Amino acid sequence: MDHKRRKREIEQLEKKVEDLRRLASPQIPEAELERVRAEINFLKRDFHAHLDAWQRTQLARHPQRPSTLDYIRLLFADFTEIHGDRAFADDPAMVTGMARFHGRPVAVIGQQKGRDTKQKLARNFGMSKPEGYRKALRVMKIAGKFGRPIFTFVDTPGAYPGIDAEERGQAEAIARNLREMARLPVPIIVTITGEGGSGGALAIAVGDTVNMLENSIYSVISPEGCASIIWRDASKAEQAAAALKISAPDLLELGLIDEIVPEPDGGAHLNHEATAQLLDPVLERWLKELVRLPTPELLDRRYEKYRRMGQFMEQAAIP
Amino acid sequence: MAWFKREKKPIEQPTPPDERRVRTEGLWIKCDSCRAIVWKKDLENNWQVCPKCQHHFKLGATRRLELLFDGGWLEQDAHLTSTDPLGFVDTKPYVTRLKEAQKKLGMGDAIITAEGFLNSRPLICCSMEFGFIGGSMGAVVGEKVTRAIELAMEKKLPLVIVSCSGGARMMEGTISLMQLAKVSAALARLDEARVPYISVLTDPTTGGVTASYAMLGDLNIAEPGALIGFAGPRVIEQTIRQKLPEGFQTAEFLLQHGFLDAVVPRKDLKTYIANALDLFLA
Repeated sequence: MDHKRRKREIEQLEKKVEDLRRLASPQIPEAELERVRAEINFLKRDFHAHLDAWQRTQLARHPQRPSTLDYIRLLFADFTEIHGDRAFADDPAMVTGMARFHGRPVAVIGQQKGRDTKQKLARNFGMSKPEGYRKALRVMKIAGKFGRPIFTFVDTPGAYPGIDAEERGQAEAIARNLREMARLPVPIIVTITGEGGSGGALAIAVGDTVNMLENSIYSVISPEGCASIIWRDASKAEQAAAALKISAPDLLELGLIDEIVPEPDGGAHLNHEATAQLLDPVLERWLKELVRLPTPELLDRRYEKYRRMGQFMEQAAIP
Repeated sequence: MAWFKREKKPIEQPTPPDERRVRTEGLWIKCDSCRAIVWKKDLENNWQVCPKCQHHFKLGATRRLELLFDGGWLEQDAHLTSTDPLGFVDTKPYVTRLKEAQKKLGMGDAIITAEGFLNSRPLICCSMEFGFIGGSMGAVVGEKVTRAIELAMEKKLPLVIVSCSGGARMMEGTISLMQLAKVSAALARLDEARVPYISVLTDPTTGGVTASYAMLGDLNIAEPGALIGFAGPRVIEQTIRQKLPEGFQTAEFLLQHGFLDAVVPRKDLKTYIANALDLFLA
């Protein structure tokens, strides 16, 4: 693949510069070295800016990508987890709680996929069941009651498609969250950190601002699912990923998200701290802006934000 | 090999074969449920319900409105059509798919929204058409439903949405997904305005439509035997790698699990809605 080759080339260049510096530092002027380094950085940035949708999908699913619990650890203080939906169970695929963000008490909600096999099984691969969405809503209502802004971190392949989930009303749980989030009287700041998998993602992603990490995706159906419907062949996922326009730049252009949060060179999985440091100012800026708004204005703004989504022709002739 | 060869001219047909054949194609239909052979006209006159076993076939969007409204109705936003925002091409271009569906059904997208009278009570009704790309919801369906909700709110008229859909429309990608949020936000406002909303779920109602407006009625009612769920049966089978139990995800199953208020046969649908609205509003 062309991308892999280019990546190797960049890495080789980097190594060469380092070798040169060590071997012949007195002879090479520092300015020249700097120039070469800047050139490499430019190449790197160019490389990452031109990842295609499928490559971004793979980065978005990378097991070492920072998870909700990582962001909680790196960005929030005094996190207190809240468990259970008060009706059926506690869903480990959904993490919810209260915490402080730059000293301000807030609510935090996010999906948790798990990193190794054991964790993944325990977290059900980040696929929530109805009790997860109901727990999230319960915490959001608490936040609404006490005037606490809400941060959500979205990273899920989708809502769990299983017998038990259907029996307990997966669709109803998601639908209710969508309706209630639309009228929650506190700021909701959404960050798509990895996979934004359809309704299961949207159920905690209706907010005043929706930010996406550079290499995250947000889609109505997984590329594999799309490919198996269209071509009856899940291996055409690469093609489907491109057709569905699921990458952050595409979605920004379509006006469906508000901001793209840059990731450290090579992707978020390489450096969790740096990723959090890049996300922190974005969250803080949005929070400052949103808490200033009076509640009715905040709600109108949120309504209008979604009201505008979707294009159509108003007066077309129908054949 | 003269033995096998006809030496004389072939026997002349007295009339061309076309004229002699009795055309039965499309006149009779085999019931999916009881396997009885039903005359298509009988089925149509019975609102697509099998006269033998009461199996509910899919009812087209326009016929649905004829079933529910007293007489005529005023259609809203009939000329809204999709722009193909992603330029989506699969086995054929999405634009071609749209054109074909529009030509076949004479409608702009997979839903009709209309204002009319049900047992003399004015109301807004949305009726989905499964024949139009599986009744899927893209920007146009989302917009039309949202406008219908806003109209119901503005005129303080009850809202009935009859769902019949495979879910969000894949060919409009994440834009389709956002319609779930848009419609649900409008329903939150309708709820606050205390305008009644009755959701009618028909076969099939799955995916993003179930996970938004179809499940958010003050009353959620469904037709007998309708497939209703979030994930489709095939997806669930693939995930858990076992066969699904008999009757899973039917209207009766949902009623039993507490997600529907009633399973109402098609012939009683109008009376049921009228009665419910009387109890809400009279």
